Amino acid sequence: MTKISTSFNDIVRIIQDGDTVIVGGFGLSGIPEKAIMALAEQGTKDLTIVSNNCGVDDWGLGLLLQNKQIKKILASYVGENKVFEEQYLNGELDVELVPQGTLAERIRAGGAGISGFYTPTGVGTPIAEGKEHKKFNGRTCILETGIVGDIALVKAWKGDSYGNLLYRKTSRNFNPLAAAAGNKTIAEVEELVEIGDLDPNFIHTPGLYVQHILKGENYEKRIEKRTVRA
Amino acid sequence: MSTSREKIINRAVHEIQDGMTVNLGIGMPTMLANFIPASMNVYLHSENGLLGIGPYPHENVVDPDLINAGKETVTVKEGGSFFDNAESFAMIRGGHIDLAVLGGMEVSEKGDLANWMIPGKMVKGMGGAMDIVQGARKVVIIMNHVNKYGESKIRASCELPLTGSQVVSRLITDIAVFDFTDKGMVLKEILEGANLDMIRNKTEADFSVDKNITQKEGSS
Repeated sequence: MTKISTSFNDIVRIIQDGDTVIVGGFGLSGIPEKAIMALAEQGTKDLTIVSNNCGVDDWGLGLLLQNKQIKKILASYVGENKVFEEQYLNGELDVELVPQGTLAERIRAGGAGISGFYTPTGVGTPIAEGKEHKKFNGRTCILETGIVGDIALVKAWKGDSYGNLLYRKTSRNFNPLAAAAGNKTIAEVEELVEIGDLDPNFIHTPGLYVQHILKGENYEKRIEKRTVRA
Repeated sequence: MSTSREKIINRAVHEIQDGMTVNLGIGMPTMLANFIPASMNVYLHSENGLLGIGPYPHENVVDPDLINAGKETVTVKEGGSFFDNAESFAMIRGGHIDLAVLGGMEVSEKGDLANWMIPGKMVKGMGGAMDIVQGARKVVIIMNHVNKYGESKIRASCELPLTGSQVVSRLITDIAVFDFTDKGMVLKEILEGANLDMIRNKTEADFSVDKNITQKEGSS
């Protein structure tokens, strides 16, 4: 059975109304832009999205917001998005803000079979309200839980037909964590190669985490803040 | 006479020492990178998965796959490395980052920090700030001493929701430097153009004055 798919529109059919979808990317860097576009076209609703950010108005996860496909989002920073603000303020969108390191670790834990962990992050802040507190070596920590997704959408630089993935520079970000935490992980890559073409010494995501892999064409890779040297 | 921002940056850059690993927050703290002496070997950590931030790129090498935590395009310096966000925050929480410099909205006399939300205004999120203030070995906050209405941002206790409780090691403003110790908040330095009375008038928090306090040239 091959993991290779050739159609984003076909593969996103495994995503169903009400699913929890973990999405890789930081800002607009390393987002699975092709799968998101196909999911927007498909119109799947009531999604719970787990992602560090929520795209911008007309790109990335912002496309799903525009279509009102998202019921709830877990994110650490959602600042660049007017559609988000509107839907949040009128109560259409449920938002759980999670400190970035806690979000990363919750996804990592989910993929690693860890149900919960204690962290000092957020103690004494609104984030800690209602959470179990416990002292370790005199330091107060709060209990946070692992996150598993019905689906994970990730973007890599290179991948092979087994699903081994390699990321480029800081586009790695949340992608390897998401890949491991999805019950079904869809990986999109810029270069799809044969098994054996990637050096086993330099694999970031071992292939067993990936159920479906596709090659995307003509990546836009939008830049949020183009800063250059004077 | 330099601007508030220049005074803060000029003073804050002295917190960075040769050999340190440093996380600089978004905004004014990021600007410190431009003032680190080239002779120092400092690795700047970016929480999106980069250790060894280089200068901004030349136009012809701008790379959408290479950004900092402020989503700005950057470069990587020699010896730098890339990693995922869980590893990045393991570095932070695990105490492997020597120094974090962040901006602030309010700091309390106990060293509490508020810098992520204003109730009633759109909440954008805390990003990595709550993890960084808990995990970095030294947390230095840089901010103006007073807000735009002239009110003290250094409070007896913070009114805004906290980013972290008792997490600030040092506070650098445009007129003063304070440390947070077992004995409370201590005034360590009076900066250019300031004096003790001025600092007392502009500070709601209760503080003591270090007996070895230093006054910068130009202070009165």
